Parts: sequence; C-alpha cells; structure tokens
Amino acid sequence: MIPAPFEYAAPKTLEEALRLVERHGDEAKILAGGHSLLPLMKLRLAQPRYVIDIGRLRGMSYIREENGHIAIGALTTHAEIESSNLLRAKCPLLAETAAAIGDVQVRNRGTLGGNLAHADPAADYPAALLALDVEIVAASTAGARTIPVNEFFLDMLTTALRPGEILSQVRVTPLAAHTGAAYEKLPQPASGFAIVGVAARLRLGKGGKIEDAGVGVTGLGPKAFRAEAVEKALRGKKASDKIFTDAARYAAQGVEPLADLHASADYRREMASVYTRRALKRAFARAQGKA
Amino acid sequence: MPAATRYLGKPLKRKEDPRLIQGLAHYVDDIVLPGLHHAAILRSPYAHAQIRSVDVSKAQSAPGVVLVLTGADLRGSIGAVPCAAQIPDMKAAPRPVLAHDRVRFVGEGVAVVVATDRYAARDAIDLIEVDYEPLTPVVDPEKALEKGSTVLYDGYKDNVAYRWELEGGDLKAAFKKADKVIKQRLVNQRLIPVAMETRGVVAEYKPGERQLTLWSSTQIPHLLRTQIASMLDVPEHSVRVITPEVGGGFGSKLNVYVEEALLGYLAMRLGKPVKWIETRRENMQGTTHGRDQIDDVEVAFKRDGTILGLRIHVIADLGAYYQLLTPLIPTLTGLMASGCYKIPAIRTEIIGVLTNKMSTDAYRGAGRPEATYLVERALDLVAAELKNDPADLRRKNFPKLEDFPYATPTGIIYDSANYPRSLDLALKMSDYKKLRQEQAKARKQGRCVGIGLSTYVEICAMGPSSAMPAGGWESATVRIEPSGMINILTGASPHGQGQETSFAQLGAEILGLEPDDVNVIHGDTSIVPYGIGTFGSRGTAVGGVAAYQSLMKLREKLAALAGFLLGEDPSKLVFADMKIFSKFQPKKSLAFGEVVAAAYSAKTLPPNMEPGLDATSFYEPKNFTFPFGAHVCVVEIDTETGDVRLIKYVAVDDCGNVLNPLLVEGQVHGGIVQAFGQAMLEEAVYDEQGQLITGELMDYAIPRASDMPWMETGRTVTPSPVNPLGVKGVGEAGTIGATPALANAVADALAPFGVRHVDMPFKRERIWKLMQKGSRRAK
Amino acid sequence: MSAEIQVRVNGKSYESQIEPRLLLVHYLRDVLGLTGTHIGCETSLCGACTVLLDGKTVKSCTVLAVQASGSEITTIEGLSAQAPTNGNGLHPVQEAFWEKHGLQCGYCTPGMILASVELLRANPNPSQPEIRHALSGNLCRCTGYQHIVQAVEFAAKKMKSRKR
Repeated sequence: MIPAPFEYAAPKTLEEALRLVERHGDEAKILAGGHSLLPLMKLRLAQPRYVIDIGRLRGMSYIREENGHIAIGALTTHAEIESSNLLRAKCPLLAETAAAIGDVQVRNRGTLGGNLAHADPAADYPAALLALDVEIVAASTAGARTIPVNEFFLDMLTTALRPGEILSQVRVTPLAAHTGAAYEKLPQPASGFAIVGVAARLRLGKGGKIEDAGVGVTGLGPKAFRAEAVEKALRGKKASDKIFTDAARYAAQGVEPLADLHASADYRREMASVYTRRALKRAFARAQGKA
Repeated sequence: MPAATRYLGKPLKRKEDPRLIQGLAHYVDDIVLPGLHHAAILRSPYAHAQIRSVDVSKAQSAPGVVLVLTGADLRGSIGAVPCAAQIPDMKAAPRPVLAHDRVRFVGEGVAVVVATDRYAARDAIDLIEVDYEPLTPVVDPEKALEKGSTVLYDGYKDNVAYRWELEGGDLKAAFKKADKVIKQRLVNQRLIPVAMETRGVVAEYKPGERQLTLWSSTQIPHLLRTQIASMLDVPEHSVRVITPEVGGGFGSKLNVYVEEALLGYLAMRLGKPVKWIETRRENMQGTTHGRDQIDDVEVAFKRDGTILGLRIHVIADLGAYYQLLTPLIPTLTGLMASGCYKIPAIRTEIIGVLTNKMSTDAYRGAGRPEATYLVERALDLVAAELKNDPADLRRKNFPKLEDFPYATPTGIIYDSANYPRSLDLALKMSDYKKLRQEQAKARKQGRCVGIGLSTYVEICAMGPSSAMPAGGWESATVRIEPSGMINILTGASPHGQGQETSFAQLGAEILGLEPDDVNVIHGDTSIVPYGIGTFGSRGTAVGGVAAYQSLMKLREKLAALAGFLLGEDPSKLVFADMKIFSKFQPKKSLAFGEVVAAAYSAKTLPPNMEPGLDATSFYEPKNFTFPFGAHVCVVEIDTETGDVRLIKYVAVDDCGNVLNPLLVEGQVHGGIVQAFGQAMLEEAVYDEQGQLITGELMDYAIPRASDMPWMETGRTVTPSPVNPLGVKGVGEAGTIGATPALANAVADALAPFGVRHVDMPFKRERIWKLMQKGSRRAK
Repeated sequence: MSAEIQVRVNGKSYESQIEPRLLLVHYLRDVLGLTGTHIGCETSLCGACTVLLDGKTVKSCTVLAVQASGSEITTIEGLSAQAPTNGNGLHPVQEAFWEKHGLQCGYCTPGMILASVELLRANPNPSQPEIRHALSGNLCRCTGYQHIVQAVEFAAKKMKSRKR
C-alpha cells in the first residue's frame, strides 16, 4: 500500500497555502494530519497531482477563548481537544467526542479541520458540532467567511467549502448554565467509526423544562445532520424518560439510512433512536449536575 | 518426566524475548541483500473470468522495472501448488503460480513485476492492462452443488471436489432406539487467520554455487524446500529455506504458496535477489482461510439424556484451488465427531465443494473446532430439550475412567483423560451454581444473561506417520560443543510458541545445566536435519520428544564416559549443578565440561566409544495425544442493541505434563481470544460477485484488548502415555474449547426469546433481530 | 520530485533526500535500516508501526516522512535510552513484557511497548480497563492480551519504585 507519486509543497503561512490551493484547484489535496487523506492515497482511491501540506502552518493549532466563544484552530489534534482543560470546563462534549475517535495514535495525529473537511459520514465530530451549533471558518485569498455547521455537510465526503478555501477554525459557544451534553456511539467493530453516533445537548429551565435542545446524528445517513424533529419534540417539554424515548423515535426522520456489511438500514434507524435516547438521558443527568 | 525438577514445569522467562522486545529480531521484510529487487503482483479483480489478453508493454518500460511476467510467460516453467491430501476419487484442482487462462478467485495472481524498489514495482502494476471476460461467479457452496450451476473447471460435470464418509457403530439401531432426535443446521463461518506479519519471501540465487536460498515466513521450512525444488525442477540440495522470525502463523503459513516458487524462479532468472512482501489486502484475499462448513447435525438420544448417535452432513467450502491440505481439513471434523463422549454410533458425510473463493486450509484447530462446535452445540440442544443442566448432561455421557484408552466409533483411540475432573474444577472456579442463581435473578430484572459450557477433547501431537499426509515424526539433533555448550537443532519450526525456552529447560534438566547453556536452533534447512514443522499442536509433543530422545542418548554416552573416568557404574551417576557425580559417593565427581572435553580430546575413551557428542533422533509418535478441558463463560446481551459482552471466562485445560506453564497459559489465552473472534466478530464475507468485502482490517474485526474480560485459567494434569514426557500439546486448545462455550452462552442467553440456536458470528444486528422476533412472539 | 528532510531518530540526526510520498515507516526501515518498526495492516488500525514522534505515539504507516521533518523520533531500538534502565539496557516496559510473557511471535511487540510507554507517561497508575482502552489501537493475534495487560501493570509498579 503505497501512494502514487505527487508534487509536494509545505507552505509556512496560511496566505501561501491559500495561493497554492487556488492555483492548483482540483488537482491538489490538502494534507493536515493525514489520517483521512493518506489512507485513501495508499489505496490509490485518491491520486492527487499536488499535495499541499498545511501541517506546518504556524498558529493554526490552538484552543482559546475569543469574544465569548471558544476558537479551535483547524490543525488542533483530537488528542489536544480530548485533553483541553478549557474544553473540559466549558464544552466537555467536544472533549468527550474527540476521545471517542479511533485510538490513541490516531488521536495524536488526526486534526479537527482534516476530519471535518473530509466529511466522512461516519465521523464522530460532526454529531457534536451539530448539537453545539458551531460555526466553521473558511479562509481563502478573498478573506474569511463563516459557515454555520448546519450548512457545512452537504453529502458523503462533500462540504460547503469552495474551491480555494481552507477550513481554518471552528468556533464553539460554551455550554450555557444548566446545560448538559453527551455523545453516545455504536462503533463499527473493526474500524471504530460510528455506525450511529448521537450527540445531545439539553438546557434546562425551571422545573426541569427543556428550554433548548441540540441533537446531532452521524453514521446514519450519507451526511451527519441535526435531528430537528427530535429537538422540536423536546423543546418546552418537561424532561423525563418518557419524553426522551418519544422524542428519540424521530431520530431518523426524513433520512434514508445507509446500509453496509455492518448494519442494515433498519438496524441503523432503530439504533439511531436507541442512541439518541441514551445521549439525551446522559445529557439530562449532566444538566442536573449528575454524572 | 521426573517428579522433582529444577527447570521443567517452571515458568521461566523466554530466551527469545530480548531480541524481540528491542526490535533486534529479523522477520522476512527485515532481510536486506545487496542489489535487492522487489516484486509486486497484479491480482484479479474478478472472482471468475477468462483472461483474453494481458498487455504488459507500458509496465515493462516504466522506470525501475526490470521484468514483467504473465501467467502465459510462466506456463510450463513452474509446477502447480502441491496438495498433500489424498482422498479417494477426489477431483484435481491444482493452482498455477500465475493464472494464464482463467482466474478463479479475487486476488489470484495474473502478472508479476520486478523492479529496483518497492514503490516502482507497485506503480508498474497499475500499468498492466488485462482484458477479462467475466464468467458467472460460484460463491454460495450450496448453490454450487445445484444442477445447472456454473462449473469452475472445464471438463468437470459439477463442483463437487469429493465425497467422504465415515461410519462407526450401528447408526440405524441408535436412531431406532432413540426417544428423540434433534436436527440442527450449524454454520461454521469462513475465517481469515490474520497473522500480524503477512507472508513474505526473499529469494537469492548464486549461479556459481547453484544455490537458491529462500527466506520465507513459513511454519514448514523443510517441506517447503522439498516442494519448491520440485515446483522449480531443481535438485533439492540446491535449495535452502530459512525461516527467520515468523510473525504468527496459526496454520496460514503451514503451506506452500505460489509466491514462494515464483520468487525462487525470479531470483534464478534474474540472478538478482528479489523480495516480495504481502500487503494486508493480499493477505486477506490470498492467504488461506479457515473453517467454512455448513454442518447438518442430527442427534439421537434417550429421555434420560444418554446420547445414542450422531448423523452429520458437512458441506465444506474448499475455495477454488487446493493448497497443501485443503481437502483434508474437513475430514478431521469427522474423526473428532465423538467429542469427549461415549457415543455408540456416528456417521459423517462430507461434500467438499469448489467455489470462486480463496482456498480454505488449516487454521488454528483445523477441522477440530468445527467438530467440537457441533458436538457441544448438540449436547446443549439436548440439554435444553430435556431441561437438563448442561453440566449434568455432559457428565452423564463421559466415558468412564476405566474406558481409557478409549476407542471412538470414528476409529481413533483417546490416550488418557479425566473429563469429570476438569469439568468439576471449571465449575468450581466459576462458582457455577451461583452463576445460575445470578442468571435467574438477572432474567427476572429483564436482563439477558447467558452461561455457556463446553467440555472438549482435541487431537494433537500430529501425528503417527501412517495417519499423516507427509510424515508425522519430528527430528532433533543435540550437539554438545567442546566447550560444554549445548545446541539443540529441532526440525519443528516454532514461531512464537517459545520452544527456544522450553527445549532449553528440557536440555538443562536432563544434563544438569542452566537453560542459558542450551541454545535452540530451528528454521534453516542447511543447518537443521530434515523436519516436519510446527502445527497441529506438535511442537512439544512431537518435536520436544525428539529433543528429549537425543538428549537422553547423549546423557547415556556422557554417563558411560564419566563412569569410565570415575570408575563408577554409569547408572549410579547424577547430572546436576554442571557436574556429573556418583549418587552414593558424591566425591566421585567430574565437572560437566571435563567430561565433554574428554569426549572431544578422545585420549581416554572407553573401548568402542566414538569421539564427539552429537545425537540425532527421529521420533515417531505411536498415537496422537488427546488434550481436553472444560470452559465456562458468561455473556450479557444489551437487549436494545444486541451487543454481546463477555463478562466472565474460566478455562480449565489439561495438556498433560507441562514444560513451562507460562507458555501454556499464553497459548490458552491466545486461543480463547481467537475463539472469541470467531464467535463474536470475524467472518470472511464474499458478496454475490465473489468480492471479498472484508478485505481489510477496516472491515474484518479481530479482537482488541478492550473486548476481553479477565480470563481465569486452571489446569489439571493427566499425563499422556503416548510419549515419555507425558506431554499432549496445547496450541489449539483455546480455539477448540472456547468457541462452543461462547456459542452456548449466547444461545442460553437468548433462550427466553424462544431462540434455540444462532449462528456465529454473534454480530449485534443478528442478535437484535432474533430478540425482536422473540419479543414479538412473547407478546 | 524529491524533498529534503532532517530528523533526529533515537538521538541521531539524519538528512535525507526522499520522494515526498515515502511513508515514515519505510523511511525508518528501508532508508535508516531500523527494522524494529513493523508493518501490520497498512490502514492505521493494528499499531505494529507505532513510533514516538515528538514524544507522542503515531502510526508511522500513515505519516509521510516529509511530515516528520524537523521532528524527534523514537523507535523501539532507541527506547532504552529514554529511561533509567536496570543496567541491562532495557526500558522498564521492555523488561515487564519479558517478565510477564507479554509477547509470543513478537511482531506487534515494538508497537505495543511504545503505546504502553506513552500510556504510563500520561497515567502512571492505570487500571486494567484503562490499559485495555489505551492499547485498543494495537492488535495482537497471539497473546490474547492478558499477559500484556499484566506487563503494563508490572511496568507501572516498577517505574514507581524506581522513581523513589
């Protein structure tokens, strides 16, 4: 398993990288940690003429508070997200989701930006990012633009990034008070990717009323999505096991589930409900300060 | 084996480890020779197709490429893959080194590229153009047997490779006498062995010396040498096979592969050393697979639980071609169909079927896990039917102690056993009664908990030559060097089992030395006398006995010499603490080294004694050995997802006497986890087009550390009377004993859902569907 | 096309002209001759190719050598220089794998040992489930993992007592 030959560039600055990406267009692939791209190249499913290694860009790996949100640089590794004290304190869902990816070695190397730009339909992050309603920053020679995560994943391996753009940052709003969140996944037994992964975020008001809910689902369909029907069924209701069970039934609404060796469409659909309920229950427990 | 020992039976640390833990060992891909070239193989993307033409012109002119050959180029140059199995009226299915007219499975080699480096060789593969005419693939073995199925080989009327049957006892009478008969179909799915090191070959030819040296990751260096010499039509003494470190085999390297012959041919043709290292994908597609049987079982029994007879019908999917033992493996299922029970009558019929898949062949257990699985499932089906405790039912059907040696209706003789003792210990260690109580409680809470039991016997120490396709003996040469250091050269070819340590323990014990004084050499046909290899749990039980015999020969010679020098009766001499001394007059003593020196200086030898200290033995076992044991496990199933979690595992194994308990424990652990793999995770899945869709470890799951609970292991010791060490072998016990225990646990867990049987692997969705159906039925 | 890289491997500096597509594992094995790092699955699942890259474990079959330029790499061959040894030239984790029979064929062992080293750095006193979880990126087909888990526990104990 050896990649086909390619021309290689390792720009030092984002500007330089953007110019290269613009110049080479479709013939180029952007390499960050390499844990999505290199396997495809080794299988020769991807044979780019140019590889633009953005791994050496300075100042693209960080987790910091900025203007009331948490900004995460695209080159931040899963391991850094998993172990970030800032995230653990203000948005533990992201740390928990990062910890569910692959294994230690993969987390040491794989990056947030690379993972999102690759848009694997079974990746873990998208569920959490959708539940958290984050913003994704795309840089280009024309400047930066912000894409709401709900508009980011378009289809299997397809995102809203335009030619010439590099995903540069993810902006996360810290969890509000009385909010709990959790990620639950049914892993594919060989690869560890999500057969179904559900991230749930619940904000509670007085008397256990659900004031806000965010539910992101990955693995089920060709792209990760926000389970709006579940959220709708929760908002304004008093939290209870029954309401979670009822709401979770809508997890797969409007989605044509994938089917493969590891899970049929029916099973995926059912598991989406089961894992949605599990994520909701744990998010609720956390919102109450338990677990 | 002596009762009080200094080293035998002790958990010594392994002598092979220092090089392995420091990255200093050499596996095949670590061999580098000056001017080394690299080969890569273009493989068929079709399961079944006619090759119309192959165009290699672009590849030939690619940078770094020195040679491209197709199957047509090689026709007549290299013999087909040998098959040692002979079954009456068996159709031939020889595999050519590269396909030249028709390809019969995805992954079959079509052309080979040799280049100056591995990247260039890989690149050139993409430049070869093959025009295939796809044929209908034959994938499902049952459909392959239907009239009108596409036939794999022109000139054959069907895809039946052979029919084999074995009957013992009066089966008709047994079924007539029976109060009840249960029928069940059991699928023993196809597995991929997945040794962590893929296969690989380095070949070097020295035209001046006419010496072809092959480094290969194999379990059978000598048999390989003989076969490669024959395939390449060169004198056997011109071929040397070296097995460097081997990164796991599990039966998948107990073979002669096309690449081994091909690389030898390329090295001879080019006059350059050439290396080929299998990719993982090639390994999944083109290294032998295991199991793959559909077993229809009928068990006849009395109301009191006495098993009267078994009728077994096996459809064995052999794949497209025969490898070394392909047709033979399913017949071992027939031989072991009695399990550890006294079953008066047994009939096994096997149909070997040719399909467009990779060949099946030996995989850890090889035919015996299938036998144990079907017998143990059958026992549990009877127990469930009669509402008997599975432990009681087993006990009822064990042969009595005085029945040993016990002759089964399948024609083999179990050497020694105490089945109740291992069962009792396993029940005690697992606190079986309490487990059942806890299970009842859990069920009341709506939890899905199952307890599984298996009592097994396996056939090991392969074996008496009369029953083996290519000789079943093993050789060992012991050389005591003039300095007093010992070299044991074993014909067995260990690859992780630890015989460098256990044989050193044996040598140290017998000669009164330290294990560090004893060096074990294996896996080089130019150094080690002809041997058979390591497989079939024979390393210690055959190879170890050969070493023992040679050691004893030298001990005798040393005693004679020391007796002569000391003026003492040799039979009164003791070997201990690096000395040879009189048992009754300890002052009559010589250092071990002094006696050795005397043997080499040859100045004061007794009359008629030859100088030197070198002995070779070829140990021929007079029977197989039959290790046995009892395993108990507990699983819990997530009722919402079907996820099966193993929560407790207890294994009691009896492999006779033990040279090193640490090594035995390692073998047992590893085998159980491989069994777990078969039960829970693994299955080689071909789609309808014959594509292997579990072609990478991304899709073929093997067990991880986090899948397993703590395994508790216990041992009973029933020495084998077959060999002087009393050892039986343990390499395959885990896959044989554990698979049915796990399956029985899952079936037990699902019993409240009206489930009698579920086939492996117990993937979540399969279990979930059964539970859904069962709950609906309950409603 | 070729690229120039500089790396420090096991404390030694190297400069090489290589093809950009050269995988780190092939660079270590074929260019530097450090064959203790093995290739098991090629899809970054089995962990046989694990090395420490700037102190963190990575699967070197899924890293380009050019990506490692400027980095410090430790392979199994250089591990013993990383910790106080017992005078036998072995890292305590190596010693523990030996002591507890944590290997059979040895093929997964270098990766398994390096993964254990990283675990014990982050968590000097891991529980059994933590060990099993931390090693889930390393596949072993021989041992059934139990002796490996015991080896890591043993190494943890050993490393603690040596620090005292």
